[in-house]
This record gives sequence, C-alpha cells and structure tokens, in this order.
Amino acid sequence: MNVTLTVNGETRSAEVPPETTLLVFLREYLNLTGAKTGCDIGDCGACTVILDGKAVNACLMLAAQADGRDVITIEGLATREGLHPLQKVFEETGALQCGFCGPGVILSAKALLDENPAPSKQEIRNALAGNLCRCTGYVKMIDGIQEVAETMRSVPTPALPAASKGEQKHG
Amino acid sequence: MYDFTYHKAASLDDAAKLLASAVDAKPIAGGQSLLPMMKFRLASPSDLVDLGTIAGLDRIEAEGGTLTLGAMCRHGAVCTSEVVQKTLPALAHLAGLIGDPAVRHRGTLGGSLANNDPTADYPAAAVSLGATIVTSKREIAAEDFFTGLFETALEPDEIVVAARFPVPEKAAYEKFRNPASRYAMVGVFVAKFPDVVRVAVTGAGASGVFRVPSFEEALSKDFSADALKGLSISTDGLAGDIHASAEYRAHLVGVMARRAVAAANG
Repeated sequence: MNVTLTVNGETRSAEVPPETTLLVFLREYLNLTGAKTGCDIGDCGACTVILDGKAVNACLMLAAQADGRDVITIEGLATREGLHPLQKVFEETGALQCGFCGPGVILSAKALLDENPAPSKQEIRNALAGNLCRCTGYVKMIDGIQEVAETMRSVPTPALPAASKGEQKHG
Repeated sequence: MYDFTYHKAASLDDAAKLLASAVDAKPIAGGQSLLPMMKFRLASPSDLVDLGTIAGLDRIEAEGGTLTLGAMCRHGAVCTSEVVQKTLPALAHLAGLIGDPAVRHRGTLGGSLANNDPTADYPAAAVSLGATIVTSKREIAAEDFFTGLFETALEPDEIVVAARFPVPEKAAYEKFRNPASRYAMVGVFVAKFPDVVRVAVTGAGASGVFRVPSFEEALSKDFSADALKGLSISTDGLAGDIHASAEYRAHLVGVMARRAVAAANG
C-alpha cells in the first residue's frame, strides 16, 4: 500500500506492506535512523517522534495510520546554522551518555516545550515518563530542558526551527 | 507481527461491514494494546479495520448530568479537556494516569473499554459511575459489558461508539501503579450518587474489574474514609504474580479505597 506523509517538512512516500510500523517506515524506507528500535512494544520511548505536534511511539503506530500526517524526527531539528538548543544543551552538559535514548528524549522535550514554554521540573519529569534512560539518571536532562526553556523565553524570536518547509533541510 | 489486510473505514457502517466480511477482522483505534499483542503474536487478525479515519468519534459533551465521550477520545484529550476537568475531574485524573504521554496521545477510551485488560483504568470508572457503553448496535450497561478477562459483551462486528458517564456528587480514582509498566497493580474508583455509592476495583481481580459490596454498604451510611476502617476483602478471585501476591493486592484495595474516599471528599 502507498503511504504518504510529511517528514521534517518534506513530503515523503513509499509502497509498504500493511504491517509496516511508522518506525520501520522511517528507518528502513526513508533511511531516517534517528528514531531507535528499542523494546518495539511502547515501553522504552527510544522510537519517540512528534506526530501532529504530539510525542508518540513510532513502534506503536502503523505507517498507514500516519498517512497524510505530519511527522518530526530527530533529523529535523538541527539546521545548517547549528544544533537545536535542546541538542546543544545536552551536548554541552553531558546530559546523554550512550545516547540511545537521546532522540526520543529530545523529541519528548521538544513536544513539551512547544506546548508549555515554562514547564516545572515535575512537568518535565512527566513529559519524559515514557523515555527510559539506563545511563544517566535523568538529572542533567531535566536541568538542561529547563535551561533551554528559560533561554527560549528570553529570546524574542524563538531559536527553534519552524516546522514549515524549507527551514527543515538537514545540515 | 503476521501480515494482514488493512482497511481504512470511511464510516461506522463501512467499518461494521468490513468487520463482518472478513474471517478474523479486528478494529484498530489507537493500537497501543493491539499492536503489541500482534507483535507478540497473541493476536493475528486477518484484517485490521482502522477507525481513526471516521469523523465525529472523538466528541466530548456534558449535558444534563451526563458526560459523553466518543470512543476515539484519546486519553491525553480526556485528561486535558476543560469539559471533563469541570464535570468529572476524577475521570480526567484517571486518564492522566494511563501509561505515559506517548501512549496517552494515541490510546483511546473505546479501545481501552473493548480490550478490557484486567489492569486497565477505564473499566473501574465505567463500572463505578454506572456508565452506558454505546455501540454500533445497542446500549450496554457497563456492568454487563465487562464479562471476563479481556472479554466483553461486544459481538465480533460491533464497535464501541461512545460511553455515557452519569456525573456523580463526588468521585475519585486512586491507583497504585506497577512502577515499571505503569499499569494498575490496584486501582479503586469510588463514586457517590444521591441514591447509591459504587466502588469498583481494577488491577486486583484475576478476571477483571469488580465491585466491593461491603465497602459500598459502609460508604452509603457514612461516606468517609473512616467508615472503611476494619473492612477488608477476601483474596478469592484476586490475581497474584511476581509483582504482588493476592494478599498484598487485597490489602491495597482497602488502602486505595480509603484514599479515594478521602480524595473525593477533598
């Protein structure tokens, strides 16, 4: 069957068997391997992507269910100008260790900040509740997300790349 | 997962026809339980009928003492809905305790009811509130709807369309979560109406949601946490596993019920 969706601002299309999950669609048909295959049953959050503004597990959706919708993956965050503020703060503070959970954590955090520019620590914890990290203990992630939220609020024009076409090209 | 034929349903009628026409077709809503079951090969439907494309199944309406939620209402939408928070805050609270944000953005009320997982949260609310499950064929009282472990009164080609929740005077849901899976180890929903108090328990029963008549009787006379002091339930029919023994679950039912009553009394 044909599945056509918008990924990081670009229309992408592929012929896939019906049992193809969104995760397999992204990784194996579009070669976007940023979303990770962890548990593959919705427990670990390593496959988190943003679907129409909401964080979802790409492993728990059929590609067909995402047909016609808008998906943002980790590949859509950095621009030619540089990393997304969340990526930057995670890099600078060592918020990730092995990094496997990173794309999912960062996208959960982005979905949170897009809806709630001034989250409390508890709200950040709740937003990351579905993202398992076995290395870090989450502390630097939570601090980093709060730091980014503060910086972004103090900058008049958001430093986030817009989700529109043209500004989402990979660097 | 095994292969299957995928159908996008254009309408409820279309979905019902598709379900009736295939050998072993199943409807898919959010897919947060069905897709893992298919990956484990515990379910292997020949056809999947996607309900996500049918318009109008995610309505949230409060009218005349009843809150009506469409079957495709996502848990995230229920927990953040101003209408639900205002009319039935206990239900908004319950929806916010389901899974994690990613699961709540996809999982649906109708899917949860139809799946009748013995540790799911919504069945406790439906039974305690005396909800009516509206299907594509009829209306079913919640107590008749849940018939056993992962079993409901639904026929193979019958689809949950909505649930109608009578708005109580007071209600609360208290959940003791399995810290890893976030499913209810024990969840107790307490609802007080002018003429009746209902206490429904999820997570503890080996065959799903059940009511606790002794608690209800005590609370009907005195709706306070103290009224439940000294009362306990038998371990007969309770689930016991590596996470909690039947004895521990029985104990938790009492604790969660007292907390729920205290929360309902604010």
